[in-house]
Amino acid sequence: MSAVTEEILSFEEAMEKYDPVLGFEVHVELNTKTKMFSSAPNVFGDEPNTAITPVDLGLPGVLPTVNKAAVESSIKIGLALGCKIAPSCTFARKQYFYPDTPKNFQTSQYEDPIAFDGSIDIELEDGTVFTVEIERAHMEEDAGKLTHMGGATGRIQGADFSLVDYNRAGVPLVEIVTKPIEGAGSRAPELAKAYVAAIREIVKNLGVSDAKMERGNVRCDANVSLRPYGQEKFGTRSETKNVNSLRAVERAVRFEIQRHAAVLDSGEKVVQETRHWHEDTRSTTSGRPKSDADDYRYFPEPDLLPVVTTEEWIEELRAQLPEPPAERRKRLKTDWGYSDAEFRDVVNAGVMDAIEETIAAGASAAVARKWWMGEVSRRAKEAEVDPVDVGVTPELIVELDKLVQAGKINDKLSRQVLDGVLAGEGTPEEVIEKRGLAVVSDDGPLLEAIDAALAAQPDVAEKIRGGKVQAAGAIVGGVMKATRGQADAGRVRELIFERLGVQG
Amino acid sequence: MSEINREAVAHLARLAHIEMTAGELDKMAGELDVIVDSIKSVQEAAGPDVPATSHPIPLANVFREDVVGETLTQEQALSGAPDSADGRFKVPAILDEE
Amino acid sequence: MSELTRHSAARLAEMLAAKEVTSVEVTQAHLDRIAEVDGNINAFLHVNTEEALAVAADVDKARAAGEDLPALAGVPIAIKDLIVTVGQPTTAGSKMLEGWMSPYDATVIKKIRAARMPMLGKTNLDEFAMGSSTEHSAYGPTRNPWDLGRIPGGSGGGSAAAVAAFEAPLALGTDTGGSIRQPAAVTGSVGVKPTYGGVSRYGAIAMASSLDQIGPVSRTVLDSALLHEVIGGHDPHDSTSLTDPVGSLVEAAKTGNVAGMKIGVIKELQGEGYDEGVLARFHESLDLLRDAGAEMVEVACPNFKYALGAYYLIMPSEASSNLAKYDGVRFGHRVLPAESPLTIERVMGATRAAGFGDEVKRRIILGTYALSAGYYDAYYGSAQKVRTLIQRDFDAAFAQADVLISPTSPVPAFKLGEKLNDPLAMYLNDVATIPANLAGIPGISIPGGLADGLPVGIQFLAPAREDARLYRAGHVLETLLEEKWGGPLLSQAPDLRQFSGAETTSGAK
Repeated sequence: MSAVTEEILSFEEAMEKYDPVLGFEVHVELNTKTKMFSSAPNVFGDEPNTAITPVDLGLPGVLPTVNKAAVESSIKIGLALGCKIAPSCTFARKQYFYPDTPKNFQTSQYEDPIAFDGSIDIELEDGTVFTVEIERAHMEEDAGKLTHMGGATGRIQGADFSLVDYNRAGVPLVEIVTKPIEGAGSRAPELAKAYVAAIREIVKNLGVSDAKMERGNVRCDANVSLRPYGQEKFGTRSETKNVNSLRAVERAVRFEIQRHAAVLDSGEKVVQETRHWHEDTRSTTSGRPKSDADDYRYFPEPDLLPVVTTEEWIEELRAQLPEPPAERRKRLKTDWGYSDAEFRDVVNAGVMDAIEETIAAGASAAVARKWWMGEVSRRAKEAEVDPVDVGVTPELIVELDKLVQAGKINDKLSRQVLDGVLAGEGTPEEVIEKRGLAVVSDDGPLLEAIDAALAAQPDVAEKIRGGKVQAAGAIVGGVMKATRGQADAGRVRELIFERLGVQG
Repeated sequence: MSEINREAVAHLARLAHIEMTAGELDKMAGELDVIVDSIKSVQEAAGPDVPATSHPIPLANVFREDVVGETLTQEQALSGAPDSADGRFKVPAILDEE
Repeated sequence: MSELTRHSAARLAEMLAAKEVTSVEVTQAHLDRIAEVDGNINAFLHVNTEEALAVAADVDKARAAGEDLPALAGVPIAIKDLIVTVGQPTTAGSKMLEGWMSPYDATVIKKIRAARMPMLGKTNLDEFAMGSSTEHSAYGPTRNPWDLGRIPGGSGGGSAAAVAAFEAPLALGTDTGGSIRQPAAVTGSVGVKPTYGGVSRYGAIAMASSLDQIGPVSRTVLDSALLHEVIGGHDPHDSTSLTDPVGSLVEAAKTGNVAGMKIGVIKELQGEGYDEGVLARFHESLDLLRDAGAEMVEVACPNFKYALGAYYLIMPSEASSNLAKYDGVRFGHRVLPAESPLTIERVMGATRAAGFGDEVKRRIILGTYALSAGYYDAYYGSAQKVRTLIQRDFDAAFAQADVLISPTSPVPAFKLGEKLNDPLAMYLNDVATIPANLAGIPGISIPGGLADGLPVGIQFLAPAREDARLYRAGHVLETLLEEKWGGPLLSQAPDLRQFSGAETTSGAK
């Protein structure tokens, strides 16, 4: 399969001419202890083909058994998406041959998904709210992992052979399918990203998934079609598979809009097909067109029985649901007294949970924000990691803040103390001790330094004596320099005024 | 009359991943046509009001608790494999190089 | 032949318990018998000599030490080669699994091990249990001990022939549309299909999941009851497994009377298509039961005429899906395509073309057709509705009768090759056994006498979960018939030692 460079239209021009319609199928891997239909451990990164039972290999004679925890997680997802929960639903076999699918069928749900008809509000960065309708959320199992060997790229094309690890086979999945999303206009790529982010946040908040996109816990297939403005009928869609980062979702949707627009502009027809997203070229390539080989021959799974959900069971699970992320954000913003902009920055930086924990550990909302958005974020940027992965704990921040409040160290020193703690030199107290970082509070050495600074800048001393108190800054600076920042600047200022006999 | 012809069988054989020669396709088409002819009376048996039965004994909510059980070793897993490498099952290329 | 192989399992258990014989002696006697006659019968695909004798020796040691042992401890058993076993190959009668060793035991095998029964080996069957004659085995047909030129029924011809030829006192079978009962009928042995879910299917290689059921194969009704109690009961590995206790089946088999029992004679399972000799034996049995105090009533099951059609849609549909896993990737055979390119798709296609026999391919293609887009509702959907109608027929019948009765098979054993090239004629052998699988109810076949020197089977059917009724009625009829015959039917079977290797009474094909 050679890579054909396809024409694309500029996004602006595409948006002038065409109205995009989106649709998403998001697969969420649940974090249950065992797999969907076997008691094998649901783990990531084990030795190949060890997290399996005969069931996961589809050995002759095996039978599936339904993981109750996975069913309950699926119901929780349904409830969090505002879905109706099916009073009774069944499993079905989706049949296709592929070496990562041990039975050559996937056990899934077909006619009667466990959850259906929901909706969620998606808030874009500027505060605009889009309602996305959820068609269904159904339970199914993940496939094994194929590694393509030989050839140049490690891609499926040109590989000499492939190796299969079935550890992931049978991991519980919930597939969340939207109804067609109309009216997003030029905000379609942004909405795509925000939608997937919202799903990720919801399942993480529910505690039903680790929700790490880089590990494939949340995977998105994005459907895009275009139609001329004013036309009711949808255009032909493409389905871009496995777009596995938020940024990629946004870019892939944008690219597909531009590509479709170019195809339509040239008078051609869009092919209904699967597309593959390539992060390196930031473009999609053609996968496989839909064909008669896509006859999945669904039928009710005879080895499994219906799941019947009673009112009591659903209510019991509903009672376990945590506060929805959107409501929680609203509440936290009010509680913390942040401005809209401040709060949005906090959310975008991914430190909202960290700030909540820091406040819970004893810091004020202002101090928590100052640390997470300031020093911690700065270090995160340098190290190219997320702020929460810098190694700073809420407790550490509280401890440092207490030391500053007590006047033992100042802001500048607290950063050096943090260096020491992160370098493994011990607790903040120990670092202060070892590095000799305590604020110099003994007036003797300070007075010496002040006298030296006043002597070095007699003109400034004269100005201060004459009542220009703001000129004291220069002397303070000199003292701080001489004491390598270990002086308490406030005390230095007081002592200067005392020395010169003026009121500060 | 011939509902299942050779092309239909060829399509079904593709779906079922069974290679068949032209002779086999013809023979199978003939046999299946006779069989289907004899069993299609089921269509007239039941009206729309009759529910389908997928399980002979009706049960529901048969669940397994989420507790890890015994697993296979890698050696056991690969013991029956036609080909393997690096602790994994080895299969020929998935796509045909064009 | 050692007299030990002529005894029933119940009698052997008594003798073992009384220390009149050792399990090693009993097991060795059966292994000797296998060596003596199986060259002609071909009931066994694998003989498990070493392990069987080791288990027997262990049981003997335990008994000598005064250990408390299960009822059938030391009584050997043969296993249909559709059931996976650690330490013995499992082939399902297919080239696809030639030489495959399961890394796990079926639940019933775990129970057999816990019951401390030596396993004599694995018995022949139609490939993946698809057939009614065992001629579809990739390892050659099994022959009927009553006439080596005839079929032993199928798919479990190996297990039935093994007990009928005194190679094993007991065997395990599987029954999807009659694969235990029809072979029992044509070999003069006893076979039981328990209530669906009564015996765990975990480790029985699936043909049609909603129809398959493991059950006992034996020479007497009591023996089947004893084995049924060993293998029955709930299994968390099988979601469709019933939680009900197995029940007192042995006790039921010892009830000894049918006085006041209402026996329903199914109008639709006699007459046209049924051999005259079969019907004659059937009516004899009805008379005996009536004379013994049973109340005979005629019941109508008008929807049975659709049963075969529904079965030949549901079974291949499920089978086509269950057999998709045989692709040459994880286990079993792999065949490379003759020409390049070498892609996995083509390897799968070549593997499945070479690994499956004609009947398996036929059913896979038929099932693929019945489930394919545009046909599902007309075929699979309609068949599932027929299932409901069949169940309603049974409900109505069981409102009038405690058990139902019919011939097991419309015809006695036919000649090898006679129906091999006529799939439809082959399918008709199961016409009387299929309704029970569609409805999930239990059934038993017991010997009903001979027609032209060949065994005829009588089938009892009971409501779901009422397997005990089969043993009560079956044992009574068995006793009445044996009184009439002056002994078990199988004592009239030919002495197999008279045949040398290649000799058969009628040539196949």
